[in-house]
Amino acid sequence: MIPDVDLSHLKPYGDQMNDGVIQLSFTLPVPGGAKAREAAKNFVSSMGLSEIQIVLSEDIGENFTFFVIYAKTTKDIDYSSIKTLEIESPKMSIDEVNGHVMKYLGRQITIVGATIGSDAHTVGLDSILNMKGYHGDSGLERYRMFKVYNLGSQIPPIDLVRKAREVKADVILVSQIVTQRDIHIKQLTELADILDAEKLRDKILLIVGGPRITHELAIELGYDAGFGAGTMPSEVAAYVATEIIKKKL
Amino acid sequence: MYLDLDQDLVRRAREVAKEVTDDVQKFIDLRSTDSVERTVARFFDIDGTDSEGAPLPNVIVDNVKKHGGLDRGIAYWIANACVAKSMTPQQVAEAVGRKEFSPVDLAPQNEGIVAQKIDELADAVIKKLENIRNTREKMLNELGDPAQPYIYVIVATGNIYEDVIQAKAAVSEGADVIAVIRSTAQSLLDFIPYGPTTEGYGGTYATQANFKIMRQALNEMAGKVKRYIRLTNYASGLCMPEISAIASMEGLDMLLNDSMYGILFRNINMMRTFVDQYTSRLICAFSHIIINTGEDNYIKTSDPIERAHTVTTSQLINEQFALKAGMEPKYMGIGHAFEIDPDVQNGLLYEISHALLTRELFPNAIPKYMPPTRYMTGNIFKGYAQNTLYNLISIMTGQSIHLLGMLTEAIHTPLVQDRYLAISDAKYVFDNARSLGADITFKKDGFIQKEARQVLTNAVKLLEHVKEIGLMAAIEEGTFADIARKMDEGKGADGVFIKGEDYYNPVVDRMETALKGGKMI
Repeated sequence: MIPDVDLSHLKPYGDQMNDGVIQLSFTLPVPGGAKAREAAKNFVSSMGLSEIQIVLSEDIGENFTFFVIYAKTTKDIDYSSIKTLEIESPKMSIDEVNGHVMKYLGRQITIVGATIGSDAHTVGLDSILNMKGYHGDSGLERYRMFKVYNLGSQIPPIDLVRKAREVKADVILVSQIVTQRDIHIKQLTELADILDAEKLRDKILLIVGGPRITHELAIELGYDAGFGAGTMPSEVAAYVATEIIKKKL
Repeated sequence: MYLDLDQDLVRRAREVAKEVTDDVQKFIDLRSTDSVERTVARFFDIDGTDSEGAPLPNVIVDNVKKHGGLDRGIAYWIANACVAKSMTPQQVAEAVGRKEFSPVDLAPQNEGIVAQKIDELADAVIKKLENIRNTREKMLNELGDPAQPYIYVIVATGNIYEDVIQAKAAVSEGADVIAVIRSTAQSLLDFIPYGPTTEGYGGTYATQANFKIMRQALNEMAGKVKRYIRLTNYASGLCMPEISAIASMEGLDMLLNDSMYGILFRNINMMRTFVDQYTSRLICAFSHIIINTGEDNYIKTSDPIERAHTVTTSQLINEQFALKAGMEPKYMGIGHAFEIDPDVQNGLLYEISHALLTRELFPNAIPKYMPPTRYMTGNIFKGYAQNTLYNLISIMTGQSIHLLGMLTEAIHTPLVQDRYLAISDAKYVFDNARSLGADITFKKDGFIQKEARQVLTNAVKLLEHVKEIGLMAAIEEGTFADIARKMDEGKGADGVFIKGEDYYNPVVDRMETALKGGKMI
């Protein structure tokens, strides 16, 4: 921590402590001009910001105006009182994960992964599961002690559960990218409900990942963990290994 | 030539690609699909839905199929029913929808009169498509064709009326091409939804009414900005030829259309896709619709440097299938993409090499270059920098269709300002570096030349292997994109059938004659 930061009255830092500088950009559906600028200023002011500097106000056509604005906030928050749900898992190498699973479980962990419902995007799922992984961080298929079934995209939750039962999966990993109109919530809930109805929920570590997923949301939906944007395969691997071992002990 | 490619190797690549597709074409010529037949129904102006909401083209084709008549082709049954009942095709379909009769149960009418009816219906659609083609030509002449690379942006609100607002804004900011991305998973629907739609997930449903609404809006904007604005949609999935049909009737200018994408990435049956892509491309070739092939997908999951040759291989296969549909190269939007990990040292040199390889291998085509998506993160500022480099390579290597990268890629569908920022970036880079490509010669046997040669050599090797075992067997063993698909598996397999002795598709027949003087390989 920076020595003179006041954690009970935390504010954004621009170029000096407690200046509260915030950078904003947005579009108003009105034509550009003095009135639009004033509207933007009033709007930002209504958000509790002051010293508003409109550095860009551009008419982008068809009665839209785009703004880039700097302003200062007068508000602050108490950092020390914040509690968050974070996934707790140690940092482990591939060898450590394999060794750990071998030692404490003595068998492979079976993982079934898919994107469910109408979601056709497999980029996230593949980055976590495929041998290749993401950014030099190998995917779960690379781990000797994981047996991975990547079912691909647009798998109905019921089929995913059937497959999980068939291969006696320890882990179900779903990826959801499309979140327009909260469709992911509906699909994720459906999967959790089916697992409950089939009395499989307790036997399976249920994980969801995707750019708009948070651990908190996952917990709320009845999942064991949620991995958001920027998650590396090794984080998921370490979590899976630790949790499955914990479950069996 | 910048790359100094071995022209013998280039010729060899094309020869092998042709041989690879020849065998598949023989297979295609013997078959039709439910979707191809629905295409004919649509061309005969059958539209709308029955009381349960099923599209009438599906209703009539399914009915004839159920009654065992489809191997003759839907055209005969529609024409015979029109004669027998003194109805229009639409009235026939509506009556079938009300379960009044099956066209198969009607008595066969005088052969000459039915043949005349078929000719009349088919000639009418050909005339209609020619008129639409001429209207586009006329507008292009009057308004002017924008300079290449065309600035191509996507709208995807889910609501066609909202899409119109965003598309108009994009055009006034400088977009030359508007693509309305489809609702997630529409490619897996075995029908085209009906009417204007205002709800979609990750995109807007492709319907004929939505096409019409957007076309009209873009034509209005074209008059205002004094340049022709192209409209794009997606002819992939289970309704490839049908989408091409409604696109051709509504004056669309481009369609995403790949000969293998559906098989590999959407698990659509291989036979279905090959047969469907042929009719779909025939329609595009006839209607002067530019196809956009989907090679970007190969390097979204596998490594863009190691697997660069799979892009080239697929491009060559796509080109041959397009030629078989009588398509002129200028309508072939050969796809490729800028997807190399930004942390790779000299990544830019690889990108230049690959982009130029596409340009030089297909000098008469209209290549479509696609932006970074895979390594776009929540860091929108870095994303903007990545897109700037992408824009630079595009103008430098002479690409034709330029899909703009969005700084919020991988976060949400583009906000109105994301599109504005992308367009201003592209215009800045294109103007600033307009003649850069013409002024560059690459070092002989340098990094860029060597890389391109290597990619082409690997592509020829891969094509030789595919030729040896056959394209379909190659797909079965997972040669492309590390995905294996079996011949008789995948969605839509049950919609493929062998044409009967008396099969006749009058629209396809007329298009084949117009484009290439009949069927050919």
